[in-house]
Amino acid sequence: MSADDLYQQDILDLANSADGAGRLGAPDGAAQGDSPLCGDRVRMEVRLDGGHIVALAHETKGCLLCRAAAAAIGRRAVGLDAARVAALRGEVAELFAGQAAAVPSWPELQCFEPVRAHRSRHGCVLLPFDVLAAAMDNANRA
Amino acid sequence: MSFSAAQWRGHFPLLAAHPKLHYLDNAATGQLCEAALDAVTSHELQHRANVLRGTYRLAEQADAAYENARRQVAAYLNAAGPEEVVFTAGTTAAINLLAHAFGEGLDAGDEVVLSLAEHHSNFVPWQMLRERRGVALRFLPLAADGRLDLSRLDEFVSQRCKLVAVTHASNVTGAVTDLAPLVAAARAVGARVLVDGAQAVQHGQVDVAALGVDFYAFSGHKAFAPTGVGVLWGRSEALAALPPFLGGGGMIGRVTAGETTWAPPPRRFEAGTPPIAQAVGLGAALDWLRAQPWADMHAHTARLAQRLMDGLAVLPGLTFLGPRDLRQRLPIVSFTLAGIHPHDACQILDGHGVAVRGGHHCAQPLMDCFGVAGAVRASLVPYNDEADVGALLAGLKDAMRKLG
Repeated sequence: MSADDLYQQDILDLANSADGAGRLGAPDGAAQGDSPLCGDRVRMEVRLDGGHIVALAHETKGCLLCRAAAAAIGRRAVGLDAARVAALRGEVAELFAGQAAAVPSWPELQCFEPVRAHRSRHGCVLLPFDVLAAAMDNANRA
Repeated sequence: MSFSAAQWRGHFPLLAAHPKLHYLDNAATGQLCEAALDAVTSHELQHRANVLRGTYRLAEQADAAYENARRQVAAYLNAAGPEEVVFTAGTTAAINLLAHAFGEGLDAGDEVVLSLAEHHSNFVPWQMLRERRGVALRFLPLAADGRLDLSRLDEFVSQRCKLVAVTHASNVTGAVTDLAPLVAAARAVGARVLVDGAQAVQHGQVDVAALGVDFYAFSGHKAFAPTGVGVLWGRSEALAALPPFLGGGGMIGRVTAGETTWAPPPRRFEAGTPPIAQAVGLGAALDWLRAQPWADMHAHTARLAQRLMDGLAVLPGLTFLGPRDLRQRLPIVSFTLAGIHPHDACQILDGHGVAVRGGHHCAQPLMDCFGVAGAVRASLVPYNDEADVGALLAGLKDAMRKLG
């Protein structure tokens, strides 16, 4: 598995779309997470209604993989509840473990399949999902 | 003895087995030299036993090998004697040992002076000491190029200062610390000096007597020796004044139900079974290094570093972290690329057979000073050559084409 497989056009496009980038005016919950490996930082803000995301914004200072994962969340996360976020995080983890479902819930997740061969980069993709889960937890506890 | 990078490379079995690998992550881990590998193999096959415990011949052979390693380290450091050499698990363990043992004698109001250029291993243990003992930490500021700004030393090294703990050379910028004024400032107020030598020992012999410091820490794995072994060197009187850190077998004088007395240094600081074979390997590596033609080797790595920096300087969007003058730095070259994350650049470089490190390099306070989250780092040692530098530059151009 080469670096060329990793940096395909769809993952570059996803990262560069920066979907969801920014801040919410008055989030119900927010969280920030750092990668201890590289110092990348993701901040997620959510507004919830009945436990479901109605608005989301993120600030992501990270590598292409991290930015692409955050953009996928920014594009698709509205409507999810905490259990669904956990399930999607699980889908990504299963993708890396080689146990992925045939068709991922989000088509964007498929572009992370080549990351599977690069163990040190799994955390780059998972970080935005973990920070989103923490932001929702904070919102639900607020 | 004349120097040839190709011949030198031949002394490193992994590199000999992977001729297409451009290994430029030497600041993280140097490759194992055959002198160390042979010593470890020979020791494990012929003299393996615990040390400083048994009276049978095999145990005495192990004792002799272990104590010989101490002598070899002492010789490399120009220490007064082997009793000043404490084997640890590495630099981090050595500094934690000192932070506990030396820290036991500190109280609220005492100060430890660090710099913002320190590796986390010479930063976090002192923050933990601050939490335990209430000591204050003072941080020497940095110049714009990452070198320590020593122009206001008297403001930072006060009568309350008990220890100055600084790096010998930055693992990010390669900047070499001017230790003389720091030692003089510490001496003037009766403070001790610890130097983190993790990046220095692999670039030539260190003379702790000439440096005038009190403690010196380094790791085997960066000095072409096995992982899992390191050294805390301390002046005899400085070590003798310290209590132990870890308790257990090997570090005692006498144990009764009521109390325990301590063995003299260095055994006082080596509780439990030490990394015996690793220490033997470290001693062999340092003995081998001591016999190398360092003047020629320094000229070689400086030439390569200059070639690398010249090649990098023309890349659009590239910013160096660290001094440009090679007389002030080791051949450790870190840089950022506009719009390209260090990990992404490293991933592309890996595809070119180039092994470099990207990230914060366990120096986040320094990264904060530079206003970046991370950087790409290429660290050169004498087995590197023009092909390594050329592959790195070609790989970076490819990364810029793909990701820029």
